Amino acid sequence: MKEVVILSGKGGTGKTSIVGSLAALAESKVLSDCDVDAADLHLLLKPSRKRDTEFWSGKLAHIDRDKCTECGLCQDLCRFDAIRDYTVDATACEGCGFCFQVCPAEAITMEENLAGHWFVSETKYGPLVHARLGIAQENSGKLVARVRKEARHLAETQGLDYIISDGPPGIGCPVISSLSGANLAILVTEPTLSGIHDLVRVLGVCRHFGVPAAVCINKCDLNEENRRRIEDYCSSEGVAVAARIPFDNIVTEALTHGVPVVEYSQGRVTQEIEKLWYSISRMLEQEGKR
Amino acid sequence: MIIAVASGKGGTGKTLVATSLALSLAGEHRVSFLDCDVEEPNGHVFLKPNLTGREAVTIPVPKVADDKCNYCGKCAQVCAYNAIAVLGDHVMTFPQLCHGCGACSYLCPKGAISEEPRETGVVEWGEADGISFAHGVLNVGEAMAPPVIRKVKEHGRDSEITVRDIPPGTSCPVVEAIKGCDFCLLVTEPTPFGLNDLALAVATVREMGIPCGVVLNRAGLGDTKTEAYCRREKIPILLTIPLDTEIARLYAGGTALVAGMPRWRDKFLKLFERIRELVDERGGNTQR
Repeated sequence: MKEVVILSGKGGTGKTSIVGSLAALAESKVLSDCDVDAADLHLLLKPSRKRDTEFWSGKLAHIDRDKCTECGLCQDLCRFDAIRDYTVDATACEGCGFCFQVCPAEAITMEENLAGHWFVSETKYGPLVHARLGIAQENSGKLVARVRKEARHLAETQGLDYIISDGPPGIGCPVISSLSGANLAILVTEPTLSGIHDLVRVLGVCRHFGVPAAVCINKCDLNEENRRRIEDYCSSEGVAVAARIPFDNIVTEALTHGVPVVEYSQGRVTQEIEKLWYSISRMLEQEGKR
Repeated sequence: MIIAVASGKGGTGKTLVATSLALSLAGEHRVSFLDCDVEEPNGHVFLKPNLTGREAVTIPVPKVADDKCNYCGKCAQVCAYNAIAVLGDHVMTFPQLCHGCGACSYLCPKGAISEEPRETGVVEWGEADGISFAHGVLNVGEAMAPPVIRKVKEHGRDSEITVRDIPPGTSCPVVEAIKGCDFCLLVTEPTPFGLNDLALAVATVREMGIPCGVVLNRAGLGDTKTEAYCRREKIPILLTIPLDTEIARLYAGGTALVAGMPRWRDKFLKLFERIRELVDERGGNTQR
């Protein structure tokens, strides 16, 4: 079983549209949506939910005002500015428990935190593991890890060959959590200076964690000069460009109809995404031989 | 006044809106631009600041003095992040897991734990076309963006207007970046993904008690469900930017919209007036 994760650094380069299409092209796979704080893959895959599990993670401090003597020690010591006027700001509390340890009146308890939900669903393309982080919650990295664990479990028990993961934007905690231990990362970029800048950083994260990476240039014909910059950068870094998807409004049109573009059109976009999946499956095969 | 430019979904045009808003206001006000998207900061691509200052962002992580430690295990017991472990007569620390809360050093009965700084990113600042500029850059391989964002937010305190560029999503980096602002602009695009993530972003800013308005970018692209959503939720659409190849071309080349198409300046000034009216109506947000 091999796992490929689709990342980009910069948001909005087309990760989810591409994963939706890979879902339609690939056989024998589990899909996972690792963008747990702004999940969109379900809009394309139309899942029917089979299992809904609460995700309890981390703790939050709670001050019992009846016991609190207003000594102020907790406020002085909290490094996250999470306590003001003897009240805990749940969006600032990082759950370290320092206040709970030091409160001389034992007025502080650490309470379990419902950080979100994760789901196992059926789609016409195969099983999907996805999640919903609670509003303004922490621990997105841990929820991503939970989603991936379940996806691996499903792939193993059902004897499926691939896990295809839709990753979050950025390079921080949920990205690291989506990436670590994956067999391949596909980095979707676009020919804008921002896209290039962000590609360089997310490739750095792949290298940091030793995950092989290849690039997909989306909307590749929007800016010829920048496209060439990306090609040059990739060849100087020894990173393969696995596909070059042209800009076409058909992608948005398919999205507004709620279907993967490869099922909506037989045009150039579809041909390039087919090529992308072919490249991914070959790279995963080679990865297995190393 | 502090205006945050956020979105939920990535790539909807946050940086495009934030940079042009700051540039439009710079002629008449003391303006600062804070790029709080420290994982993928792009504001500098468009504003091209002359950077004159640089400061490392560090997290205080524990350092154990072996000659004082009696391996009682208190530090490991109080650490919520498993960043310190006592194995027999050996203490191991895992600096990457440490949030720098300070509990272990404060609570060590032998006073054996001091703290040393571990760099997780940098903040750089300077000036760009009359704008006081600062951005944070999380080091590659680091997981925690909020400490870097907190440092970025220390800049621009003496400005009349601060524009913050917010990372995508709805989780802790977004909350940290938005916290303390007077108004949150939510940039979206009229697609099912844009709408889904706009609704999540609206829920986040409402949870935080911050007033918001929408900028509809690439209008004409998808469907009209976003406008319907905004009407239903009584969220004002404060600016509409059409799907336009010239705008896309400027963006691709790293030129700010108002620099390449100066007629947009008036629209951004009007946007600011609308924001000011909305903030005045509410009497401002006192949380800082």
